[in-house]
Amino acid sequence: MSTPTISTPRMIHLDDYAPIVGAPEIAELRALAGRLQARTVQMVNSTAVGGGVAEILNRAVPLLQELGLSVRWEVITGGIDFFQITKAFHNALHGGGYEMGPESFEVFLAYNEQNRARLALDAEFVFIHDPQPAALINARRDHDQHWIWRCHVDLSRPNMKVWQFLEPYVRRYDCAIFSSPGFARRLSIPQFLFYPSIDPLSEKNYELDPAFIQGVLEHFQIDPKRPVLTQISRFDRLKDPVGVVRSYQMVKRYADCQLVLAGGGANDDPESEAVLAEVRDVAGHDPDIHILDLPPWSPLEINALQRGSTIIVQKSLHEGFGLTVTEALWKKKPVVASAVGGIPTQVIHKHTGLLAYSVEGTAYHIRFLLANPASAQKLGEQGHGYIRENFLITSNTKRYLTLLRHLLNSASPFPHNGTACPVVS
Amino acid sequence: MTDRDQPFRFYTATYLTRVGNQQATSISGLCEGIRNCSDASIFYHTYQSLSRDQFLTDGFSNGFAQWTLAACNRPELAEELAAIDIREHVNLAALRGDLCRIVSAYCQVHPREAEQTAPEPFHFLESVEVTVPLGAEARTLAEFREALERLSRAAFHYHFITSRLRLQLRTNDFSLWFSAALGLEGLARLANRIDIYTNTLESAQRKLVALVERELGR
Repeated sequence: MSTPTISTPRMIHLDDYAPIVGAPEIAELRALAGRLQARTVQMVNSTAVGGGVAEILNRAVPLLQELGLSVRWEVITGGIDFFQITKAFHNALHGGGYEMGPESFEVFLAYNEQNRARLALDAEFVFIHDPQPAALINARRDHDQHWIWRCHVDLSRPNMKVWQFLEPYVRRYDCAIFSSPGFARRLSIPQFLFYPSIDPLSEKNYELDPAFIQGVLEHFQIDPKRPVLTQISRFDRLKDPVGVVRSYQMVKRYADCQLVLAGGGANDDPESEAVLAEVRDVAGHDPDIHILDLPPWSPLEINALQRGSTIIVQKSLHEGFGLTVTEALWKKKPVVASAVGGIPTQVIHKHTGLLAYSVEGTAYHIRFLLANPASAQKLGEQGHGYIRENFLITSNTKRYLTLLRHLLNSASPFPHNGTACPVVS
Repeated sequence: MTDRDQPFRFYTATYLTRVGNQQATSISGLCEGIRNCSDASIFYHTYQSLSRDQFLTDGFSNGFAQWTLAACNRPELAEELAAIDIREHVNLAALRGDLCRIVSAYCQVHPREAEQTAPEPFHFLESVEVTVPLGAEARTLAEFREALERLSRAAFHYHFITSRLRLQLRTNDFSLWFSAALGLEGLARLANRIDIYTNTLESAQRKLVALVERELGR
């Protein structure tokens, strides 16, 4: 059976967001961009496709260009060894162990140096995204540039071996940007807060024809006439899919409903295969539990599943910012989510959703919402308003413009700690 | 040029949020933090939260009250903090003094509760303001109404709420202009009475448009 199709959206322009955020907000972006015309900006990250950073840059760069800034997006290159090391860095910065030897740091620096030689990092504002290209700061000229480190990683409990290696590079930036106050570290440079954002006009978030939504539900044999609880996430223990099934089973004793667990990653992640097996085991033969192992890029299916759901659940044990919650709130869905990571920033308990701390709490909140559809609707609407104000790509664009203007207004760039970092030649 | 010749020039303000190294994990820590944090932090958690969470008219209107309730489960203190009206203060020092007084009094009466560790810390964040002229100006009330209808929420917040700190008066930019440039004392007074705590910025803006239209209809 094939999934229902929908036509590909046209090229998106700034004015397309006016019906969503209001024409005055768009006019304000243009006013902010006024003094920034033709200013040069470079965005540097480690991948052009796949991953949240590439997804954000894919949408943010054209908008900044349309506003008159001269923006270039550079992607660093490296061998398999480099990306194995940066993957190990990523896990270690999230608090995991680091088993690689000291030579890994030299390999990391050698690839950064190779990229420094290859890329002309000569823009007035250089944004380096995440740790992979962090050592490119060695390309900084002294006085006529602003270098900004945009860290999308939670650095609250990093492995100190890796962090102590990276920190001298980070200290040489003018400032750093984090996604949540709790993700930041004590640094000698100014740190700013940029919430991650979603694009309301992307395939994952734009409005869908109700017939298309119904088609997707039917395709996955989900009954659109009965309540649907959904968690969208990888099959990863930290997302606690087994806990979601247990909550659903508690709810099911009192209320008729179906559960959808939709995610991916089973093919390339051995742990996710094991988790998927555990989930299937706990789910048993309940025909109302739908475990959907989606292909990695399924934005329209995810959009339809979220829009076709009665309640969205995100019962993570550990979370980054939790953009699946942002997406659900944007779609005016009542959300029951764990109070971890960036979720409490979005879910203000009893105002924009309900926060839970256990399987039992999750089940109770779901039962409450199923029994009180008016409360569920109010939460969904308030959640939508909160996302519109704070977590859309237009807000993110405004933060970039504000930072650029702030840096220009500053008499000189932020004083940075001039501690020398090793340069590999 | 007299005040009567002055056009109303529209600006907007956008804010960066700066993450400081200061946080509190208990109510006594909050008290200490309020005493020592920057003015930019007091501004962020009071004036700016009115803009950020403006659609939550049934929620607490400042960050200190929200944390006291959500993380510390102290509704009595949260209510007292939420009852602080920024319109009663013409500068951040006075506002800080009021916040300190309330939290200190709570700590004295409830010393044990004040030392309890909250599951989530309170992060003292700071606002960094960037002001931008919007290029629009009004010389008459009719021109003003037209521009007001096209004003963003951030620009409305800047002229109607944060202006109090700039002016160091218990009024706002709009009322001041109605009174000084147009001689419309009544309109100035009515505009200043629009309640920023029980309205969203959008509904406050709509109310101001309605007041201006009524004045134009006279």
